[in-house]
Amino acid sequence: MTAPKTMPRLETTPRLAINELSAISLRDGNRPILRRVSLDVGLGEVHGLVGESGAGKSTIAKAILGIIPSQVRIAGGQIGFEGRDLLTLSANALRAVLGRDIALVPQDPSTALNPSRRIEAQMTDGLRLKRGLSAKDARLRALALLEEVQIRDPDRVLASYPHQLSGGMRQRVLIAAAFGLEPKLVIADEPTTALDVTVQKQILRLIRALQERHGTSVLFVSHDLGVVAKICDRVTVLYMGKVVEQGATAEVLAAPRHAYTKALLAANPRYDRPDTGLEPTPPDVIAALRAEIAAFDAGAAEGRNG
Amino acid sequence: MEHWSTNAKTAATQAGPQPPSIAGRLVSDPKVVVAGGFILFLIVLAVFAPLIAPQDPLEQNLLTATLPPIGFADAQPGFLLGTDGLGRDVLSRVIFGSRVSLTVAFVAAGLACLIGSVLGLLAGYLGAFVDTVISRLVDVWMAFPPVLLSILLIAVIGTGLHSVIIAIVVIDWTRFCRVVRTETMNQAQMDYVTAARAIGFSRPAILFREILPNVVPVLIALLTLEMGIAVVVEAILSFVGLSVSSDTPTWGGMIAEGRQIVHEGWWVLAAPLAALFATVVAFNQLGDGLARSLDPVLRR
Repeated sequence: MTAPKTMPRLETTPRLAINELSAISLRDGNRPILRRVSLDVGLGEVHGLVGESGAGKSTIAKAILGIIPSQVRIAGGQIGFEGRDLLTLSANALRAVLGRDIALVPQDPSTALNPSRRIEAQMTDGLRLKRGLSAKDARLRALALLEEVQIRDPDRVLASYPHQLSGGMRQRVLIAAAFGLEPKLVIADEPTTALDVTVQKQILRLIRALQERHGTSVLFVSHDLGVVAKICDRVTVLYMGKVVEQGATAEVLAAPRHAYTKALLAANPRYDRPDTGLEPTPPDVIAALRAEIAAFDAGAAEGRNG
Repeated sequence: MEHWSTNAKTAATQAGPQPPSIAGRLVSDPKVVVAGGFILFLIVLAVFAPLIAPQDPLEQNLLTATLPPIGFADAQPGFLLGTDGLGRDVLSRVIFGSRVSLTVAFVAAGLACLIGSVLGLLAGYLGAFVDTVISRLVDVWMAFPPVLLSILLIAVIGTGLHSVIIAIVVIDWTRFCRVVRTETMNQAQMDYVTAARAIGFSRPAILFREILPNVVPVLIALLTLEMGIAVVVEAILSFVGLSVSSDTPTWGGMIAEGRQIVHEGWWVLAAPLAALFATVVAFNQLGDGLARSLDPVLRR
């Protein structure tokens, strides 16, 4: 029934333009994972990508970064970045784009840093290999970056191993490393999920501040509408790899047009109104969604055969 | 903003004022200090054997044959650990014997480690085809009984120090290959490797910067264990007379000689056995301690 809402038009050409991206799982009888997902991330925009686990959020992030697992195959669509389709780039050409123009803030700061290398080595690697800085300059840059993410003792942090830092500190390091490459687009893959709530808030503020200062576009992947509400300009809601709703965050959250988005909002705790209970997604909403997706798949199959 | 400063403080108390250096951690590990100290002591003995040994290890004197060690009846000064059946000083022979043992330990284990880990890294990182080729080779290789293989090998290429080393390398590189391959595969799955790929590092950069540093602790531990094994293998080959020529003192050779006169002079057997035992234990304990203190996660 409800076709994906048309995107609010952007003033300029988007930084990242994903167009009808489809993906299937080879392991699971060619089950579709992404169903013609289209989304734009504008210049200097933070775009939220929300959905429950298995909705395909991470697959989109991985497709952009060229690290999709071997059992997933991209079945169609384009990932436009600076006038080029990242999906058609050669491995070498993609490597040249990654780390220079696109950087990743990974999900779990406890595993995303190499345990046997000091922070200095890990932070300067990108600066040296991707920005061509000398070892000395890279170190100075790393110090400045750590100060920028409000680490008070950057010298000591640079000399530390990851396990000597708290989770929040590690995530700050990873954010500093990502933004320090001066990329045009940062993919933040659930950057606060592994952190506790108080740290989460600081990290969100930090990402927003860095993003504004550097004018970076951010694709912010999350399962948490509360987090998305705090940081994102626009939001795309995914369910089973299909775009359910898309639009300016304030509008979507204030007046969700799709029943699933409503249900998601109802499932989110309201700290300002602790008396309101949490509502599980009603079964009829799920049933309607699944019917919608089945109809979409049938249409796609027909399109292929016809 | 006041929150993060408390964070920084807790992190600071966890880490101490400065993260301990690798050298600092090694020195504070008793296993590393004691076992490593013993190995160092052995190295000094081996290098300066002509200066340290009280007697010429080859000088025979049938008048002073099978003298007991100092402290027993009939002992003679100058022969601290007694003499063997030909009147040669046991202590000097043990000291000179450490030369062959340590040479074999370092050279053979080092070469086996080098060959095995290069192949292991390639198998673990380059993917299915290379992995299949190398792994099947290792499987076939390991199907040969090692002692027979080494005896056969030495029969073909002749005896001598280089043959012993080649025999050990040819047999034991598979040990390194297997461990390094598995470890490389584990590391390649890690988030930080994915993160490195996501910022577009080349495959060699990832292999050497992200994977290798995590394989090295395991490798060093295994290398040290392998040195202990190499010492034993050399002793076995000397024992059966397939190592260096009999005019060079070796612990294995001494054990073989001591075995024949064990009723007249037990010390001729006991001294090289004790040296062999202590050396192998030291290498094993050193490997253990190194594995513990080099592992970034185990160390606090």
